[in-house]
Amino acid sequence: MDAFIIQLLNGLDKGGAYALIALGLTLVFGTLGVVNFAHGALFMLGAFVAVAVRRILQLETVTVDPDRLTPWGSPMEIRTPLVQAWLGDFGEVLLQYSVPLSILVAIPFMLAVGLAMERGLIRFFYRRTHAEQILVTFGLAIVLQEIIKAFFGANPIPVSAPEALAGSANVGAWLGLESGVYYPWWRLVYLAFSILMAGLVIAFLQFTTWGMVVRAGMQDRQTVGFLGINIQRRFTVVFGIAAAIAGIAGAMYTPIVPANYHMGMDFLVLSFVVVVVGGMGSVAGAVLAGFLLGVLQSFVSMNEVKDLVPGIDQVIIYLVAVVVLLVRPRGLMGRRGVMEN
Amino acid sequence: MKLFNVNRRRFLRGSVAAGAGLALPTIFTSASRAQGYCNEPTGSSVVLGFNVPQTGPYADEGADELRALQLAAKHLNGEGDGGMLNTFTGSQLQGNGILGKKVEYVTGDTQTKSDAARASARRMIEKDGALMITGGSSSGVAVAVQSLCQEAGVIFMAGLTHSNDTTGKDKRRNGFRHFFNAYMSGQALGPVLAESYGNDRRAYHLTADYTWGWTQEESIKATTEQLGWETVETVRTPLGAGDFSQYITPVVNSGADVLILNHYGKDMVNSLTQAVQFGLREREANGKDFQIVVPLFSELMAQGAGEAIKGIYGTANWDWKLENDGTQAFTKSFGQEYGQPPSQAAHTCYVQALLYANAVETAGTFNPEGVVEALEDLEFDGLGNGPTLYRGADHQCFKPVLVVQGKEEPQDKFDLLEVVREVPTEQVTYDPSIFGGELGDVNGQC
Repeated sequence: MDAFIIQLLNGLDKGGAYALIALGLTLVFGTLGVVNFAHGALFMLGAFVAVAVRRILQLETVTVDPDRLTPWGSPMEIRTPLVQAWLGDFGEVLLQYSVPLSILVAIPFMLAVGLAMERGLIRFFYRRTHAEQILVTFGLAIVLQEIIKAFFGANPIPVSAPEALAGSANVGAWLGLESGVYYPWWRLVYLAFSILMAGLVIAFLQFTTWGMVVRAGMQDRQTVGFLGINIQRRFTVVFGIAAAIAGIAGAMYTPIVPANYHMGMDFLVLSFVVVVVGGMGSVAGAVLAGFLLGVLQSFVSMNEVKDLVPGIDQVIIYLVAVVVLLVRPRGLMGRRGVMEN
Repeated sequence: MKLFNVNRRRFLRGSVAAGAGLALPTIFTSASRAQGYCNEPTGSSVVLGFNVPQTGPYADEGADELRALQLAAKHLNGEGDGGMLNTFTGSQLQGNGILGKKVEYVTGDTQTKSDAARASARRMIEKDGALMITGGSSSGVAVAVQSLCQEAGVIFMAGLTHSNDTTGKDKRRNGFRHFFNAYMSGQALGPVLAESYGNDRRAYHLTADYTWGWTQEESIKATTEQLGWETVETVRTPLGAGDFSQYITPVVNSGADVLILNHYGKDMVNSLTQAVQFGLREREANGKDFQIVVPLFSELMAQGAGEAIKGIYGTANWDWKLENDGTQAFTKSFGQEYGQPPSQAAHTCYVQALLYANAVETAGTFNPEGVVEALEDLEFDGLGNGPTLYRGADHQCFKPVLVVQGKEEPQDKFDLLEVVREVPTEQVTYDPSIFGGELGDVNGQC
């Protein structure tokens, strides 16, 4: 039972990250019809927003204490972060909570990056083939990666979670189990956050007029245009929103895996599979498939399964994709006619 | 059909170019044949190649190695306070370069990948004329670069490499290792583990999936099973995995009460922090407190892992807090230069550079044949580890091994490890034949 709960949680957690990236991918595909291979790079960019916010908060003053000596005989340097010097204890709290804080920076920044990307590059490729769209967005992803590498270096940069959330929670006790089932707090936070984000996006599309228009545009872009609605502008905003979601998903992920310039690529391929399994252009499908595949991957990485089929944890997602494409090429919740002609 | 439209003049021009092209490689080889050995220095300086990981999971170690090697070059040239040149007993070094030639260096990035490391070593040997390659922080890389140096006819002074294979089945006559190895870690750590955790334990291994991880797993497994421990499971993890959660969650219900992390560098920082986050150390299993052991760790990793390292046992080649003249001299000059104490990776590279320089001075030549002869079965002292032997049979150094533990209450951010025991050399010495392999002959020709 303990093992089951912990694998389930870990799977949901991974699934959360897959779902948030896949959600943006599928939105962009559903609205603009573009296969965006630079979407993983947006996730990575978001992670580095968290790194940058932390770096800025950590700017420090250096004073030398001549009375204390280091073991090698030079005077000891004392470093105080500027925020702490200016704001006292509150500054320390800011430093602690730099990751959640970075979301506030990541949203406008990533929105701007998304809008610039769509207006500056992607819109010129609407009438081109999918192969050309993939090439140009893949190239863009490489450019973004190299820019980040030039500024932050090629090494992973760890960003810690707030101290209060750095330990683990006794999930077993919550469920009334005798034995302790511990799960890291920050991963629970990430899970809750990804469910909340996915819920918000779906609610936004489902229950607001703005979202309704976008959905109508996804069904029949021409007719919506005939009704006098500037659907293109709304789709541009959708692209920005997708970028922002990927960005904050990346920022929140940094305490789990240290930010590095190629982390986007690691997620991109898996997220594409998630989109395909969920159904191209289906938001709910992407979320569902994200969580399902995360959980599935987690369960097959148990030793009992790996002993039966060695290496299965590395390929399971692709196997599922193959089966889904053979049995139900439209994906779990895909609409009829999308990518089928 | 323009392509075949060749007139007499064009044909002549083409054949001259082709002839020159064909002759070119022989011109080069005949020039190098004229030398006594590969990259024989002709000017007033000598070039050494510092091949360290500047990116990848072992980049922190690499950065520190580079600092140490640059410091070594300075000291060899007579700049700075001389560091361990002053404490190195029996040394021929005078601080006027090597054989009177100024030490210059070129650097390369191994990227913690064998192919990248070989490419950068090859560039330094062929293009920059490096006579000796040193540095590196991965055994996969060390084994690959060592065999490249053997073929290329230069000396390889291995940096941080802990696999038994480097001076075992993959040893080469041109390669030398000062760092200790996984077998020695097992021998040193075993008794401490038995004392602290008893003889009835069930161990679960997570192992970096390459030569170092495999041999460390093998050595630690052998040692702990001798103590009476049972090995529940050994799981291989890819290098640079980042998120180890899918490997850690199965530990919880495996029935194990000790987790042994055969990881190093950033991988170890990630896997250890995540293991602690998953509450492993707060658990009880089989009626005992759950324990984590990291057989090889260093101050740099302790800095990365922070709180998670407290109380955890491991082994080390060297520590800057040792109380001997060599260590103190090195820590002083390194600290003053860079504002932080040196790591064991830095120490081993610095020592290797000095040992190479000293061997050249002793032999009176840069010729690998002389250098190898001077290093084999060399006994030395004053380089931080106490009396040390460079065993001729496998080019492995023998010296005491440190058992270290993460400090519970550190004084400052550098004071993270405590040396709990210095295991004497006899306890970690072994018969060179147990790991097989052949040294072969010295190669000094390009």
